[in-house]
Amino acid sequence: MTEEMIGRVTSCVAKCQKLPPEKVTIDSKFEDLGIDSLDGVNILYALETEFNVSIPDEGVLGIKSVKEAVEALDKLISAGGANATAQAK
Amino acid sequence: MERRVVVTGIGVVSALGKNAHQFWEALVKGESGIRRIEQVDVTGLKFQNGAEAHNWEPQEHFESKQLDFVDRFAQFAVVAAREAVADAGIQWTQSLREQTAIVTGSCVGGKATEDDSFQELYLRKKTRVSPLTIMRTMENAGASHISIETGITGPAFTLSTACSSANHAVGQAFRMVRSGDVEMALAGGSEAPFNFGHLKAWEAMRVVAPDTCRPFCADRLGMVLGEGGAMMVLENREAALARGAHIYGEIVGFGMSSDAHHLTQASTEGPARAITAALRDASLQAEQIGYINAHGTATQVNDPAEVAAIRLALGGHAERVAVSSTKSMHGHALGAAGAIEAIATILALRNSILPPTANFTKPDPRCDIDVIPNTARRAEVEYALSNSFAFGGLNAVLAFRSPR
Repeated sequence: MTEEMIGRVTSCVAKCQKLPPEKVTIDSKFEDLGIDSLDGVNILYALETEFNVSIPDEGVLGIKSVKEAVEALDKLISAGGANATAQAK
Repeated sequence: MERRVVVTGIGVVSALGKNAHQFWEALVKGESGIRRIEQVDVTGLKFQNGAEAHNWEPQEHFESKQLDFVDRFAQFAVVAAREAVADAGIQWTQSLREQTAIVTGSCVGGKATEDDSFQELYLRKKTRVSPLTIMRTMENAGASHISIETGITGPAFTLSTACSSANHAVGQAFRMVRSGDVEMALAGGSEAPFNFGHLKAWEAMRVVAPDTCRPFCADRLGMVLGEGGAMMVLENREAALARGAHIYGEIVGFGMSSDAHHLTQASTEGPARAITAALRDASLQAEQIGYINAHGTATQVNDPAEVAAIRLALGGHAERVAVSSTKSMHGHALGAAGAIEAIATILALRNSILPPTANFTKPDPRCDIDVIPNTARRAEVEYALSNSFAFGGLNAVLAFRSPR
């Protein structure tokens, strides 16, 4: 969980929600940011595009905060680097 | 007993302006909103002109977060509905919200969104598209956003019958209010067809004019696509009178038919039967009709067939009735056309001014009826019709009465 990674995720979330960047931190819960289920899938799409990964459907339900999003992305990137690159094109 | 149904609020976004007032001002002047298309790079298209909602700034109407979820066609529906609701001066109660319907028409829905999204797959070879694609594209998006914004919880749905969509929508809403199914309805349609793929599809049909829309003229070259949204508040007349609402006019009949003939070849009998059905529904004689807002697309096929249909349905009175195609000014807004033209018709009756067929050059002998060429006409008319005839042979005609 690097600072750079956190920065990219928080800025992605802020951009999707049209929030000032400083409003979104690693400790933000989606609910507190007013993110509903449709916003959620939109943010996941933005994160998939940003990090060139594919977040599996079964992993999506557990992601309810910025921290959980960063952790999920960390896991995906380290576990399936090759797979992630293949998905990325 | 059946109720009488009046129009107490109107809203229009079109090539003729951002509201109903600007729309009517342009219609009376015979001003055309047809210009060079700006939203799409028209290089490589055989036609370059369209009737776009000029200077449309979505940010004036929606928060930026909200805009991600709302395609242009649904924006038009929502903004027209806001104008109509404000115009009608409705005081919402929970009970009224439950007894109000929303019926919208749209032919192509959020095709522009779909076009953008699918380019990600086909052109940029991405493996995924935006999860908002479906929500922005669905034809009922306009009705859904209106429901969410106004809190209306009564029946809401969307009809898609190509160029007749909005007339079918207004007709169903009219019947729901007339039968007492609902107390009130927001009815109309919206369309935003300007995206490259869709324009190419129209080009392939060879029915779009390279210059402008000249209905009923000998040298007409086809239709010109338009966009926009138009919504009306329909209300039980007794309730409208009781609350002192301003009454623009009355919807008195609705007729439908299908051609069972051909996807694009116009029929005379099908449209004539829809006109006759509207007259019958309104208990009107042909001689009582003083104005017809024609479908009047200016394609080679439509105009003479429509004139023949008017003659077949109205008999000798067809030689005396005034007819105009306002598509010459606001373009052919497909699934919104019927609603835009319904408002043109209602305002014509209310203001005693019949809008003209603009861009008129020389008459076509096959369309030799009174088409109000180029200049609006002052006339007291009590009853009028508005025609919509769709590709696929689906016809819908509304009958209106002046508020006097």
